Amino acid sequence: MSNTGAILKDNLWTSNPIFMQILGICSALAVTNLLVNTMIMTLGVVFVTAMSSFTVSLIKQLIPRKVRMIVQTLIIAFYVIIVDVLLRAYLPDISRALGPYVGLIITNCIIMGRAEAFAQSNPPLASAWDGATSGFGYMAVLLTIAFVRELFGFGTLFGYQVLPDAFEPWIIMVTPPSAFFLLGIIIWIGKTIMNREGAPA
Amino acid sequence: MSGAPMINPFSLFFASIITSNILLANFLGMCSFISISKDMKSSSGLGLAVTVVLTVTTAINWLLLNHVLIPLNLVYLRFIVFIIAIAAVVQMLEMIIDRVSQALYLNLGIFLPLITVNCAILGVSLFMEIREYTFFQSLVYGLGSGLGWWLAIMLLSAIRQKTEKSKVSAGLQGPGLTMITIGFMAMAFIGFSGMLAVQ
Repeated sequence: MSNTGAILKDNLWTSNPIFMQILGICSALAVTNLLVNTMIMTLGVVFVTAMSSFTVSLIKQLIPRKVRMIVQTLIIAFYVIIVDVLLRAYLPDISRALGPYVGLIITNCIIMGRAEAFAQSNPPLASAWDGATSGFGYMAVLLTIAFVRELFGFGTLFGYQVLPDAFEPWIIMVTPPSAFFLLGIIIWIGKTIMNREGAPA
Repeated sequence: MSGAPMINPFSLFFASIITSNILLANFLGMCSFISISKDMKSSSGLGLAVTVVLTVTTAINWLLLNHVLIPLNLVYLRFIVFIIAIAAVVQMLEMIIDRVSQALYLNLGIFLPLITVNCAILGVSLFMEIREYTFFQSLVYGLGSGLGWWLAIMLLSAIRQKTEKSKVSAGLQGPGLTMITIGFMAMAFIGFSGMLAVQ
């Protein structure tokens, strides 16, 4: 596939699902208080997006157009259940910390969006790649937010203390508003750079 | 996740509207929130639709969970069952509203398809399951969350009408500024959580 690089750049940057399309932030912000949680959650999203795009593309000829939304939802739900069961079995603590947000991957607009916009009209492997890279775009933004929140909110990174004891944690970084502020700032920076490049916003 | 049965329904109701606002504290229902909140009239229509659907689906999902899934030991299927129940309720509401009142259908009907994929609806059902609410608590929680969402989207659309006209840096315009506005709203709402909190 010659366009794999183009898809990668597109999904990671020029049409990054979060800061260009403002999709999928529902479940995005709640898990960004700790890097570990964010990592696991976004890996789940990458897996589900890639696999559901792959499956949708594979059986697109078989699905009647009228019911394709509900079929896509069921395919997505199927993969989310796999993620949920695996988390419960192998990482019960993280599963508990993520709470309902694993289930909410189902309603993550990115996954449905990729299935609808790309997988419907492309071969399975390209669709899986497109889904995975969209997931990576999502992961990049969330990890950035989580990095700032965990560093200033707890003074740690991935649970290891990096800031000295004298550092006073910023309570605001632990609370929900900080996630909104950080996302707003990331969108701001991203768009400003993009405007400068002259790319269509 | 403290023992849910201790929370009395009255405080649960107010907590779910304000201090544990489903949108501002739990980040649910953001997708349609951002795109619709440009316009006040649509916001109020969508808010009403979300409130109705949330109340009904939380009750139905509670019944499904406690009387079908748990007895049959199929709890791991809950995601699929919940989402199908939500889609069915939305579809049914659409048909009923279409029959009962054309005017209401024009105001509300167009928002209903959006709601199936609104994370707030599924999120409330999942919280209801994790916190082990009773039936009545679930009903109150669903209604309160819907009203809270409605309140938040009305406030945001009112603020956005003003900020549309203000001069900000080009990169900040639109979604960036909206996110920061939501941040301030969240601070105001969560500021009361010392008085009343449901975790």
